[in-house]
Amino acid sequence: MAVLAPVLAPVLAPVLAVVLAALGAALLFAALGRDPLACLHTLFIAPLADRNGWSELALKATPLLLCAIGIAVGVRANVWNIGAEGQFTMGAIAGGATALVLGPAGGWYVLPLVLLAGIAGGAAWGGVAALLRTRFNAHEILVTLMLSYVAIQVLGWLVRGPMQDPEGFNFPQSRLFDPSALLPALFEGGRVTVAAVFAVLTVPLGALLLGRTVMGYRLRVVGLAPGAARYAGFSERGAVWFCLLLSGGLAGLAGICEVAGPIGQLMPSISPGYGFAGIIVAFLGRLQPVGIVFASLLMALLYLGGESLQITQQLPLAATGVIQGMLLLFLLAADVLTLYRPRWVRRRAHG
Amino acid sequence: MDEVMIAALLVATLRAAAPLVLAGLGELVCERAGVLNLGVEGMMLVGAVVGFAATITTGSVWLGLVAAMLAGAAMAGVFAVLTLGLAANQVASGLALTIFGVGFSALFGAPYQGHPIPGLASVVFPDLSRAAPLVQQVLLIDPLVWLALAAPFVVARFLDRSRPGLILRAVGESHEVAHALGYKVLRIRTLATLFGGAMAGLGGAYLSLAYTPMWTENMVSGRGWIALALVVFSTWKPVMLALGAFLFGFVTIAGFQAEAWGIPLAPNLLATLPYLATILVLVLISRDTLRLKLNAPAALGKPFHPAG
Repeated sequence: MAVLAPVLAPVLAPVLAVVLAALGAALLFAALGRDPLACLHTLFIAPLADRNGWSELALKATPLLLCAIGIAVGVRANVWNIGAEGQFTMGAIAGGATALVLGPAGGWYVLPLVLLAGIAGGAAWGGVAALLRTRFNAHEILVTLMLSYVAIQVLGWLVRGPMQDPEGFNFPQSRLFDPSALLPALFEGGRVTVAAVFAVLTVPLGALLLGRTVMGYRLRVVGLAPGAARYAGFSERGAVWFCLLLSGGLAGLAGICEVAGPIGQLMPSISPGYGFAGIIVAFLGRLQPVGIVFASLLMALLYLGGESLQITQQLPLAATGVIQGMLLLFLLAADVLTLYRPRWVRRRAHG
Repeated sequence: MDEVMIAALLVATLRAAAPLVLAGLGELVCERAGVLNLGVEGMMLVGAVVGFAATITTGSVWLGLVAAMLAGAAMAGVFAVLTLGLAANQVASGLALTIFGVGFSALFGAPYQGHPIPGLASVVFPDLSRAAPLVQQVLLIDPLVWLALAAPFVVARFLDRSRPGLILRAVGESHEVAHALGYKVLRIRTLATLFGGAMAGLGGAYLSLAYTPMWTENMVSGRGWIALALVVFSTWKPVMLALGAFLFGFVTIAGFQAEAWGIPLAPNLLATLPYLATILVLVLISRDTLRLKLNAPAALGKPFHPAG
């Protein structure tokens, strides 16, 4: 066991956290007067009973994976982008605007431009935070978060104002995007689009960046030992810009892939908190791209299971949020096993 | 503009600022002890919903406020166990606390959604609606607003002019030195964290029991984060924090007034004002790196493990 500990510990803490969160969820269900076992079955097992369930799982894991990879790269460099939700929204707005303008003309070039606009929108929103951090020293945690609230309100304004569908009976939503601006489905009959391929591609790219490039090395040094990084001439500003543009761009891609995918138009609410859940996913995946794949699948399962709980057990959707929060809290608690080697010692007498 | 309108504007500013002052002061004390708790938003939400539920169940708004403080402190207790007991990362733990608080408050509050209750001011003065307009405005300054006006001075005095305040600051500046002097670093930090939680809970409860007396999901809407920004803005000084909060309250209220003054602005864009103001204020205050460095508690956010 002592030999295995260094290998097992990184996996052990997340697994322990998941088990504890499942126990916590069972207690929660019992407290709400439901049968805990039936609820756990609905939450974790029932959603995967058929092919459609797996397709929905991939659909929900895609934005989580995209957001979490960017967040994780940032945290490794000690750059905390917790506003992925806002960059997601801005990506959806920029890409969505492109789709609405170019879509009617049609053509092969529409979709690539829509996606690029989405990435640019997210990166720009992250870039604002990078500019304010590097130029004015304003901390990115608060700025990215405030910008999230702003982005969500701007979307709310656009779909009630300039981008509202004139034939939409005054509903707060845009026109449906034209087919030329929509992502093709990955296979017949499922809602999952080629966005899942983009998400999967970021995993080897992220691992390559962090593990095999000078840039990744610099980022890790800036995160682990800022003093050493300064001494080696690794720019902290560069790391801030790189991380916020990268994670913003990925979150923007996630956003445009949602609106140009399963949603198909702009509306006031386009995300059940994917950007915030991405933070949990990044930590649950140990800030490692491969770990994040598993974490995003688990988190997607929580979203799916939460929806079924709402339908079959009449539980509010917020139950998912509680379980997500518990998961991260338990993970941070379980991390004491990874970071330290706690021993029980008898309290010594004072003196 | 007559005096009733001016009074209304001022009172509305104070009322919008009160939750920021209360939650911000709690976080300020916590940070002066060296603990960075980013869970203010979550603690405020839980305080808001628990305070509301307790008020409905017991019929007493005062018990509601006590319950909200206890709930906020309980959330802070979870944070203290993680970061002080298990030396977990404070930034991640604070985020976790907020994510949990958002979910918990939405779940716990679902049955209470959109159920209006009489606000704190009309509980204290049942004849509020029959008073003359100007008197009405003055009476709207409810006891918690008075607390928000007085508390910054009390906290400033505690921190700067009392022995426990001095010890608390010592713990926040250098836990090694404080430990070497024989002070119980973790115990003091835990107490400061619990105080921060109770104040955040109270600030949250102000929203659901006095400001807009009902529970709506996510009703704190970023005020916890604004309170955190205000702590930085104040350079960790209580009276400055209160001034900043009043400025914010004014921006929020002026936004609402804009339409009445003939400046047409879509409600959604109006709602972005407090967030943009927060960013602006952060930028203005943070560009002076030296001033922040000189004022920030030196051990802020650093874990402490007492050596054997």
